[in-house]
Amino acid sequence: MSSTKYFNYLRKNTLPTVWCPGCGNGIITKAFLEAAGNLGLDKNKVAVVSGIGCSSRVTGYLDFNTMHTLHGRAVAFATGVKLARPDLKVVAMGGDGDMLAIGGNHFIHACRRNMDITIILFNNSIYGMTGGQYSPTTPNKSIASTAPYGNMEYQFDPVQLATTAGATYVARSTVYHFLQTVKYIQTALSHKGMSVVEIISNCHTYFGRYNKMSKPSDMQEFFKTNSVQLAKAKEMSKEELTGKIVVGEFVNEEKPGYLESYQNLQGTFEVDRECRGGEQ
Amino acid sequence: MSRMVIMQGNEACALAALKAGCRFYAGYPITPSSEVAETMARELPKVGGTFIQMEDEISSAAAIIGASLSGVKSMTATSGPGFSLMQEGIGYGVMTETPCVFVNVMRGGPSTGMPTKPAQGDIMQLRWGTHGDHQIIALYPSTVEEVYKYTIKAFNYAEKYRTPVFLVMDETLGHMRESFFLTDEEENPEIIQRIKDTEFSDDELFHPFDLGEDRTVAPLVGMGKTRFHVSGLVHDETGFPAGQAEVAEKMIKHLDSKIRMYSEEISIYEEYMLSDAEIVVVAFGTTARSALRAVKMARSDKIPVGLFKPVTIWPAPVSRIKKLFRSANAFIIPEMNMGQYAQELSKLNKTNKHIEMLNKINGELITPEEILDSITKVWIQLTEI
Repeated sequence: MSSTKYFNYLRKNTLPTVWCPGCGNGIITKAFLEAAGNLGLDKNKVAVVSGIGCSSRVTGYLDFNTMHTLHGRAVAFATGVKLARPDLKVVAMGGDGDMLAIGGNHFIHACRRNMDITIILFNNSIYGMTGGQYSPTTPNKSIASTAPYGNMEYQFDPVQLATTAGATYVARSTVYHFLQTVKYIQTALSHKGMSVVEIISNCHTYFGRYNKMSKPSDMQEFFKTNSVQLAKAKEMSKEELTGKIVVGEFVNEEKPGYLESYQNLQGTFEVDRECRGGEQ
Repeated sequence: MSRMVIMQGNEACALAALKAGCRFYAGYPITPSSEVAETMARELPKVGGTFIQMEDEISSAAAIIGASLSGVKSMTATSGPGFSLMQEGIGYGVMTETPCVFVNVMRGGPSTGMPTKPAQGDIMQLRWGTHGDHQIIALYPSTVEEVYKYTIKAFNYAEKYRTPVFLVMDETLGHMRESFFLTDEEENPEIIQRIKDTEFSDDELFHPFDLGEDRTVAPLVGMGKTRFHVSGLVHDETGFPAGQAEVAEKMIKHLDSKIRMYSEEISIYEEYMLSDAEIVVVAFGTTARSALRAVKMARSDKIPVGLFKPVTIWPAPVSRIKKLFRSANAFIIPEMNMGQYAQELSKLNKTNKHIEMLNKINGELITPEEILDSITKVWIQLTEI
């Protein structure tokens, strides 16, 4: 049964979570655990790194090597872990504020290097932990505690951002599309190079309450009715796609990353050393 | 057999790091520390290590801590503006008790200041740059040979006390080329290695903050054979967050006491002609070179003056300084700042001995003649009384 597979990767002694009842973070966590179970990951050979925020508390509940680090810096810590220990599978998890505002620079540069890590972006369009302030993915005109008259900024599209910056696997799903989310995370974890999975999630406590969707089911309903699969979206006009969430696999390609190139370089010196009779 | 070498301070620092087992470097270009990065970029791939130039100093600090937690000794190098950006990472390193080395080649500040000029303006930032109560170790050599020797020491201290350690230089020391004899001992130094072969059962979680009988934290074990959790939140021995008052107090006191308790052992200093000294010059880094020359000149004028050169500037050599305050009558503290270390040492001056501050903040070195002038002035004052 699939439930035992993912329970095995859960630190049951650290439950319950800090998250509000009905929070989308639980769905994403479960999707990640299912993906890990399906791949049969070795707990000791995986490092999960998170930053600061509601979603970043996820590292306390996952039974791998886990690092709950600094606000925005998960990807930078993950880069260090992966380069120092290429034998580990390295995952960075965090929210939209963490990954795209304070951590935006690390996000794009890790994509640019095609660093061999997986980013799971919990996108709930709000800063939840600090009380509902607007984030880089809060839609224009939406209400937030620091945008009481409506957000005057425009939102990032994390998929476009990751793609333009150079990530080689980019997918988007929502917490309504559970099976699709599991599939994308699983593909991302198996991908060589930078993989980014954005999962649109609900913070009904703040984003929902401020924007007339105060129940988790309201937000699920919103994701359901406003999502468009990528194949269908390709046939739709720009106007038709306004306000829609396009879900699907946007990028899936092979390209050598920093780590692979660096290992090749190390290899040439190793060959050189062997030729000189193993001299260090 | 010792061999003669010639190298630059920054280069000596990088080569010593490799000798100490550093196999990961992440950094961001900044004058006057860039040669550390350049040497690491050239040498690390040759020994199976990894170099990366990060997008800023914030991520450089994060990457070296990540690398160290995963099981690989790591280092970064920077100067004032970059060191400011690294402070949040340093705090995380302190909180998670992660061994790693931060090199700070000091230049004139504040802000962009004087990038190509020497200064000693970061003395208090080294001590208290990151927020919250903690102890920190900072080693400040004054010759290229010492840079080599004490960079290795910095790595050993980082491992032993499980803490970020600062190796401090100033622009002059970082860029100066000096020849010296690399002794057998320096070529084959004692290196504290990371534990690699501990066996854990599958369902066992490593507790990264368990304390041993000596009240120091247990050595860090790399990821792979086991797994563990670390957090910048207040945590208990398991590494998981625990916000209770008694846990918080125990943890933060531990961060203080684990270094304070061993400060005598950590303390490195050099003394020159102090036994009969009535005047003590306290100086570090490049300033100590001028000070030594000044003391020698003053001695030839029969002035009873000596030099105290702390290499471990943090924790401050409190017990030795206290003794000197009892035995000598006046102190001269030349620094390329407005008196940061003098203020710290004056806290220990319980008997109100005269402290003469000699400060220079214009990007130029303090000369032996300037220190000699101070010594002469203070000696005249003492003998007039």
